[in-house]
Amino acid sequence: MAAPQQQKLKVNGPVAVTANRLADGAVVWRTAAGGWSTALGDAAVVTTAPEAIALLEGAHKRDTDAVGAYVAPVILGDNGAVLPGNLRERIRVNGVTFELPASTLPAA
Amino acid sequence: MYVYDEFDRAFLAERVADFRDQVERRLSGALTEDEFKPLRLMNGVYLQLHAYMLRVAIPYGTLSSDQLRRMAHVARVYDRGYGHFTTRQNIQFNWIKLEDLPQAMADLGEVGVHGIQTSGNCIRNVTTDQWAGATPEEFDDPRIWAEILRQYSTFHPEFTYLPRKFKIAITAAPKDRAATKVHDVGLRLHRNEDGELGFEVLVGGGLGRTPFVGKSIRPFLPVRDILSYIEAIMRVYNQFGRRDNIYKARIKILVHEIGAEAFAEAVEAEWANIRDGALQLTDEIIDDIRARFLYPDFAAVEDQPAEMTAALEDPRFATWYRNSVHRHKVPGYSIVTISLKPVGAPPGDATADQMDVVADLADAYAFHEIRVGHEQNLCLPNVAQKDLPELWRQLDAAGLATPNVNHVSDIIACPGLDYCALANARAIPVAQEISKRFADLDRSRSIGRLHVNISGCINACGHHHVGHIGILGVEKNGQEFYQITLGGRADEHAQLGTLLGPAVSYDQVPGLIEDIVDAYLELRASPKELFVDTVHRLGVEPFKERVYATH
Ligand code: SF4
Repeated sequence: MAAPQQQKLKVNGPVAVTANRLADGAVVWRTAAGGWSTALGDAAVVTTAPEAIALLEGAHKRDTDAVGAYVAPVILGDNGAVLPGNLRERIRVNGVTFELPASTLPAA
Repeated sequence: MYVYDEFDRAFLAERVADFRDQVERRLSGALTEDEFKPLRLMNGVYLQLHAYMLRVAIPYGTLSSDQLRRMAHVARVYDRGYGHFTTRQNIQFNWIKLEDLPQAMADLGEVGVHGIQTSGNCIRNVTTDQWAGATPEEFDDPRIWAEILRQYSTFHPEFTYLPRKFKIAITAAPKDRAATKVHDVGLRLHRNEDGELGFEVLVGGGLGRTPFVGKSIRPFLPVRDILSYIEAIMRVYNQFGRRDNIYKARIKILVHEIGAEAFAEAVEAEWANIRDGALQLTDEIIDDIRARFLYPDFAAVEDQPAEMTAALEDPRFATWYRNSVHRHKVPGYSIVTISLKPVGAPPGDATADQMDVVADLADAYAFHEIRVGHEQNLCLPNVAQKDLPELWRQLDAAGLATPNVNHVSDIIACPGLDYCALANARAIPVAQEISKRFADLDRSRSIGRLHVNISGCINACGHHHVGHIGILGVEKNGQEFYQITLGGRADEHAQLGTLLGPAVSYDQVPGLIEDIVDAYLELRASPKELFVDTVHRLGVEPFKERVYATH
């Protein structure tokens, strides 16, 4: 599959702009104030292609904070919560879907 | 073990210093991402879903205990306490911060390992049999030739910007444990009728979007000509390989499009110009490289010593012994495979503590040497049989003695959608669930040799095409689906699997695999007939009828 960065922009619902933080690769979301946050709840959520493009252009202006920005689907929960819109984004937000190998040995 | 010289060490230190400078300039904004990306990739640094990933090559799968300990250190200090061994004799660290990468690389460089040429359109880590130098089957130690190729291909200016990446694998035993037939170039070392050592040369194998089994273009190439012949292949590829379409750029497409015969003719014509030139290997050069491989000082000991035969009374030891211990060329010694596939765990992952345990055990019982196989397991190639019971006890205590090597739960799986930015679907949790279904060791033993390979996308890092059962993750309307193939194999009889039927959903996969295995148990001619042989005898239809009827 082409990475989302390489795909044509289609907006058919709420979306946000996401990227990886330059220094450590952490998942970050573009905020309305033009910054980046590791909390999806802080993301600027838009619903049209021009708005998404504007967010993306803002994200691309400076590449020392975050890299590889793209538009990702989100879901708006009943209470206004912002949730990841597909499995890929769920994994990026919540981490891998299994327990990471324990750093210690199994108990003898 | 191969002993690196001052040149290698100085060179690595310089390279790390360059990378440190590049990272600083990137973080300060002096380098843009577009400028920096090719530089980090040349050092094996990828940006994945949630973090940077560092891929480190383990040349021809050979590690010293000090090197493995250093990998444990990197996992512990800069990562989350574990590493992932891949199907190409590499290790990947999944969570390293960019700002920590130069120091992690410096730490690794001190013991002679690095991520150079683990990415990009260059000649990648040359891989080989993890039993090299230890198995009685081999004609010569294939690592000598892998090392010669490593030295030749590292930073070769002509081959730094190939049309696509280029992978070479070597086997020196008739039993191919290096999957040579699915590499861009596969080399099969053997002796001709006159007793001379040479290679059969295969080209154009590979998996991914367009899989092919490699074709033989020369049945016998004297070993002294290996570099000039590889150079001729690379030149033909460099000249005629497609650069206009990334999906058609691998050498396999060129070989397929012009035909193996025409390709061979072009190589022979090119080779005729260079075969007697500077690349011809002299006995002196070969002997020099050979002399840098230090072999253990094997003692003259008894085969099947009493310490070991007595321990076989313990059924748990006996089960492990039968599954994971293999014949060595020296009497009284054995080759031991260490399964990195405990039931329910991510395939190929080892924690830092486990790496330390294996390094310590290699020091105590295996002449300080560890191997990594393409099946994502580790191996101690030289263990005195009298030490096997104690070795087993200590491996067992560290969760490293699951006796499932080559069984259905010894699954090859790529990182998939849990880590990989290119993935369509997850691979690791699918492997975990399948391995849980076959946790009963008696059952899995009765099933016999069965390789399940899983890839999270068509790039096929999990080698699904050549799994006896292959599982490929695809995406349909935002959901994970999986295509199943049967009858693939990666050995000397390499073959691509045949599609079983329509793709099934994530939740259906483990049950489907159980049904396939049940069908095999019903269909096999006798308990001696392996799964893959039953599929070859009957085709996939009888499996399809049984399996899809229940889903
Ligand atoms: S096969 Fe695809 S999903 Fe798996 S590691 Fe390779 S690129 Fe990633």
